[in-house]
Amino acid sequence: MNRFAGTVNLRELLRPVGQMLVFSLASSVVLSLIVIVLALIMDQTVVGETLLARSKVSLLTYTLVNLPQVILDGLTIGFVYAAIALGYTMVYGVLEFINFAHSEIFAVGAFVGVELLIVLQIYGMLEGGSLIGAYTWLIIAILAGMIGAGLLAISVERVAYRPLRGAPRLVPLISAIGVSFFLQDAIRLIESLTTGQFHRIIPTFGNFDERLTFGQIPIGDSVIALGIQVKSIIVIIAAVLMLVGLNYLVNATKVGRAIRAVAQDRATASLMGIDVNRIISLTFLVGGALGGAAGVLYALKFTRIDPFVGFFPGLKAFTAAVLGGIGNLTGALLGGIILGMLETFSGTYMSAFTMGAAGAEYKDIFAFAILILVLIFRPHGLMGENVAQKA
Amino acid sequence: MEKAITFLKSVPALLTRGYAPYFVILAHILVGSNWVYASPRSTIAFIFLLTALVGIYYFRVNPLFKALAISILLLGVMPILGLRNIFYLEVIFQISVFAALALGLNIVVGFAGLLNLGYAAFYAVGAYLWGFFGSQQIYLLNETPGTAPVGTPFFLPQDYFYLFLILGAIVAAVVGLLLGLPVLRVRGDYLAIVTLGFGEVIRVLANNLDKPLNFTNGPQGITPIQRPTLAPEFVDGFNNLFSGIIGSPVSSGQLYNVLFYMLSLVIVGIIIVVARNLEDSKMGRAWTAIREDETAAIAMGIPLVKMKLAAFAVGASFAGTMGVLVAASRTFVSPESFSFMQSIGVLVMVILGGIGSIPGVIVGAAVVTILNLQVLQGLSLYLSQLRQSDAVIPLIDFAWRDLSTQLDPAKYQRLLFGMILVIMMIFRPAGLIPAERRRRDDADQEEAKTE
Repeated sequence: MNRFAGTVNLRELLRPVGQMLVFSLASSVVLSLIVIVLALIMDQTVVGETLLARSKVSLLTYTLVNLPQVILDGLTIGFVYAAIALGYTMVYGVLEFINFAHSEIFAVGAFVGVELLIVLQIYGMLEGGSLIGAYTWLIIAILAGMIGAGLLAISVERVAYRPLRGAPRLVPLISAIGVSFFLQDAIRLIESLTTGQFHRIIPTFGNFDERLTFGQIPIGDSVIALGIQVKSIIVIIAAVLMLVGLNYLVNATKVGRAIRAVAQDRATASLMGIDVNRIISLTFLVGGALGGAAGVLYALKFTRIDPFVGFFPGLKAFTAAVLGGIGNLTGALLGGIILGMLETFSGTYMSAFTMGAAGAEYKDIFAFAILILVLIFRPHGLMGENVAQKA
Repeated sequence: MEKAITFLKSVPALLTRGYAPYFVILAHILVGSNWVYASPRSTIAFIFLLTALVGIYYFRVNPLFKALAISILLLGVMPILGLRNIFYLEVIFQISVFAALALGLNIVVGFAGLLNLGYAAFYAVGAYLWGFFGSQQIYLLNETPGTAPVGTPFFLPQDYFYLFLILGAIVAAVVGLLLGLPVLRVRGDYLAIVTLGFGEVIRVLANNLDKPLNFTNGPQGITPIQRPTLAPEFVDGFNNLFSGIIGSPVSSGQLYNVLFYMLSLVIVGIIIVVARNLEDSKMGRAWTAIREDETAAIAMGIPLVKMKLAAFAVGASFAGTMGVLVAASRTFVSPESFSFMQSIGVLVMVILGGIGSIPGVIVGAAVVTILNLQVLQGLSLYLSQLRQSDAVIPLIDFAWRDLSTQLDPAKYQRLLFGMILVIMMIFRPAGLIPAERRRRDDADQEEAKTE
């Protein structure tokens, strides 16, 4: 089984950081190579000529100019997916059940954080200009999102899933779909009644929208600008901290051992004196809190949120969890990074490589193509155990 | 007093004895149709009339009489009342469309136990099939969306529609097979997500396949789509016979609604017959076995993937046919009609009515459609009237006028659907009218407990 495998010592703090570095580097190198090779091959064909005629730039230059930005964007969104995917994978590890409502828990986290910031802005707390203040408020907003989403996740489990434990597999899944739909409209109802509209925009404060530039590399006539938005850095750092924290919690603490025990064998764990219900609640709390934090980070990165904001990130994160091997924490991390990268690469380059026939509008369904491919060739994911026929 | 109570208690028993049920049913239909006839705007009267069907289903009467009563109600009374208030015709048309979809999904979810969350995709396949071939779209492949030159001919004669009813089923079944082939090997909950993804893929494709070649006209959708011919002589003949009862002459447009309603009823009838026969066939038993215990089913030598594929394809084919029908009746298809919400709506009908239960699923379709079209809309209307009045809620002293205009029940279907799903799963997972087999199982378990 070894669902949350690992040895228990301080190495647990460093191991996930190393994994993240390796995964990020490897996936960006591999994808960059693929894109560059494709560009080299297609540069002299009709594809390259079309681009040259339209935008006065050769395909290879176009590819190289966009590459650094694509990798950074891919990493940012990849870490957000990874944080959401951990929620799916933790619940799956413990209950063997897809928590379909996780995407709405993510959305609730985003709304709690954004609403808090909007209230703070109304009271004028966000102005003042000191960076320390701005970062403090952002951290408080993320914590609020975590608490809100975590508590919601616990109550959803208590109300809609616990009475169904032991029922046939489809029963809790359908209940989860119901919860998901209910929550979408509940957010919409509450937001509409209190604010008159149901989409919110995160206030601008601090220096999050600024762009740090490191330098420029000239290639032919065009110039590669190396730069990253401050908020992307924040998203990556926050996600890394959460992932390390979660890894430590699961692999190096007593509670984590209880979680792993329940995941392996619920009945035996309860015989060993573990309060299974409490551990399951805790799992939902932790997964929900991670989802909530990811929600606030998502709002920070994309600025606009609405009650249905969770749907696509949720599905993609689920795909990421399956891609990495559901039930496996490292797998969720790997899957999230790969999926975020693939999505950004395809969103940027597909239009150029297909002469404008298929562009970024297909990037949302790109994840499903990957999901189907993974399920055909490796149903247990990249790092998971075999789940194809385990009823 | 006590006499009265004992008499009241014996009423239900009396009603089911001898010839009483026949009179009850006839009286129900008669009172109901007169009530609707007298007050064509009353929702309660309409629902009362519809409940006659439930009565017919539950009373033990001669099957011939049952069939007769149902056909009088559905083929005679309903269309005439519907022509008096065209909204009812729309309601019963939608009920029968959704009943067909729910029956199709029921084969996949209820019989074979495969959760399909992208069912609307197969519906979309059928709709776009006739939408493409039954309109001018094939001549517009190189035009930008929305710029059809005047006088573009239609590709096919309009009566090809009937052929496409069958073609729609075949194409949707093939699409179902193609999707099912790779993903049916994986376990149920993965299948749910994959089908969900597939539903989104179809919607996104419909939205974006207006370039490089304009297949779907993008988000604007394809229109006009042809309807089958309706001879003017037929319209005149119909008017001669029925305009007296209806109260005003019927236009050919209204008669089209009746035609599509009748066609959808025919399809529902075919699906019911097919589903019933499938349920008790060898295949149906294999599906039950797979649903209850996959490992045991494999051990008994049931070809798992083949059987699952069959369920997938049969379910998809019904949706394909219905898609063709709806495309023609609306003369318009657009990607928005095939969202995830649609798939969930059909799933809610199946779950509410009773997974695997044919009458249950039909009741589910009727209840959800009426909730959607009549009850929620009615509530919205009522609230907006209250808002314009001077009424005040007593005790808490709240003026209706101050109620936010955002509180519009018609817009909160998701809330309702979500609640129905959760509540049904927790309190009555077998649905309003549980399937026969499940009822038998439950009875067995009860016996086992008492022994």
